[in-house]
Amino acid sequence: MFDDFFIRALIAGLGIALVTGPLGCFVVWRRLSYFGDTLAHSALLGVTLAYSFELNIALSVFIISSLIALILIQLQKKTNLPGDALLGLLAHSSLAVGLVVIGFLTFIRFDIMGLLFGDILAVTTDDLIIIWTGGAVILLVLKLIWKPLFASTVNYELAEAEGLNPDRAKAIFTILMAAVIAISIKMVGLLLITGMLIIPAAMARNISDSPQKMVLFSIIGGLLSVLLGLFSSLEFNTSSGPSIIMASLILFILSLLNIKQSIKLKN
Amino acid sequence: MSSENSTLVKLNNAGFKQNDKWLVEGVSLTVKKGKIVTLIGPNGSGKSTTAKIALGIYKNIEGSVEKYTNKVGYVPQKISIDWTLPLRVYDFMLLTENIKEEAIDEALTLTGVIHLKNKNLGNLSGGEFQRVLIARAISKKPELLVLDEPVQGVDYTGEIALYELIKRISDTLNCGILLISHDLHTVMTATDHVVCLNGHVCCSGSPMDVAKNNEYKTLFGEQASQILSVYEHKHDHVHSDKGEIKKN
Repeated sequence: MFDDFFIRALIAGLGIALVTGPLGCFVVWRRLSYFGDTLAHSALLGVTLAYSFELNIALSVFIISSLIALILIQLQKKTNLPGDALLGLLAHSSLAVGLVVIGFLTFIRFDIMGLLFGDILAVTTDDLIIIWTGGAVILLVLKLIWKPLFASTVNYELAEAEGLNPDRAKAIFTILMAAVIAISIKMVGLLLITGMLIIPAAMARNISDSPQKMVLFSIIGGLLSVLLGLFSSLEFNTSSGPSIIMASLILFILSLLNIKQSIKLKN
Repeated sequence: MSSENSTLVKLNNAGFKQNDKWLVEGVSLTVKKGKIVTLIGPNGSGKSTTAKIALGIYKNIEGSVEKYTNKVGYVPQKISIDWTLPLRVYDFMLLTENIKEEAIDEALTLTGVIHLKNKNLGNLSGGEFQRVLIARAISKKPELLVLDEPVQGVDYTGEIALYELIKRISDTLNCGILLISHDLHTVMTATDHVVCLNGHVCCSGSPMDVAKNNEYKTLFGEQASQILSVYEHKHDHVHSDKGEIKKN
């Protein structure tokens, strides 16, 4: 009925949505959307390195994104610059370095559009294994650090005082962010990954009154976005990333219509 | 001494410096099981800082903290919660520990806010929120309770009831309490040990000893001496003069 590549893309996309759902909630709660952008932009550098040294793309992106996150934490400690300036500095300089390196890699055929916006044709069986095993590990780790991470998201001092070690949870979460970007870059593209994290979670916020519900709706929203997005990508021959994000935007707009009702329920 | 086993947290000459300014220094105190230790002192005297040192929130401190329990309940003085989170009172009760539904209901009933259980945390009034904070801290049956002005914003009758509740909890759970309070009356009647802070420990001891201390009188002035009379009156059942009360 469908071509193999499309089935692969579906399996990949659904796997990604399962992971971006809960992680995206934390991105929204902890106000990390620019942090996500920064890691995603640095992913371009990771991709170019993967091509240069014939490494696995996901692994290379994971390493570079984690490295950028570490540099960010160090810069925050050692400079007086505000967080958003540091994020901008790292995002654009790593993007620039990545683009310059691409310029040197003239011997490789490079699909820059696919890199920026995702390419469902590019998903291989190996990628599926990476996405699903990587995704399972990410979700497992997130479950393990859920309590301290969530408690410190609500209030850092309460979490610290009552012995939950929020600093360790935060550091681990940073690595999870790098990992989710690494597994979803081929599919969604580096310019739109943060959208995949934020938009379903934002949609879920509009219709939830508890954290558990928000995570659940965020996952459902992500899955629906992938299904809708990929089918329309196939139908209208558009890039997979923008199609998925547009689908999630439509869901977000629909959730706005529901807001009045949910406010009524709360009171 | 068997009292060593009952020590929950011990500060040895502890202090904390921020931006080259000492917030508090040279504090030594011990909180033991079943005892209430109260910190008093003017604004900016380092009461909350001392509590945070005891809780291990501040790292890189001078001196040392020995903490012998991990079952801690904390009611902070200021709490800023981000309302991007959809959070009900019920979710908040489960924040740092998975406690049983009955324990949640019991704690919320004790602080008089059981009817708010499924309300969104962002919709509570200041006093209601304060009661939820206390309920959360006691529901996990902690060994050490740190209460930083726990009844702020609570109405007057509620205030008295909550202090009675705190006293009762200290007795029934046999937990140690580190209390920060501006209500000198409560401090002097319900506390085992008082530490009067003003950037350093200006005096400490039993409520009676502290009330008689001259530095304490200078810090709190008129109000302090009134409290002293209240205190003496309350315990003056053997008609002794001041000197004899001091022996008690």
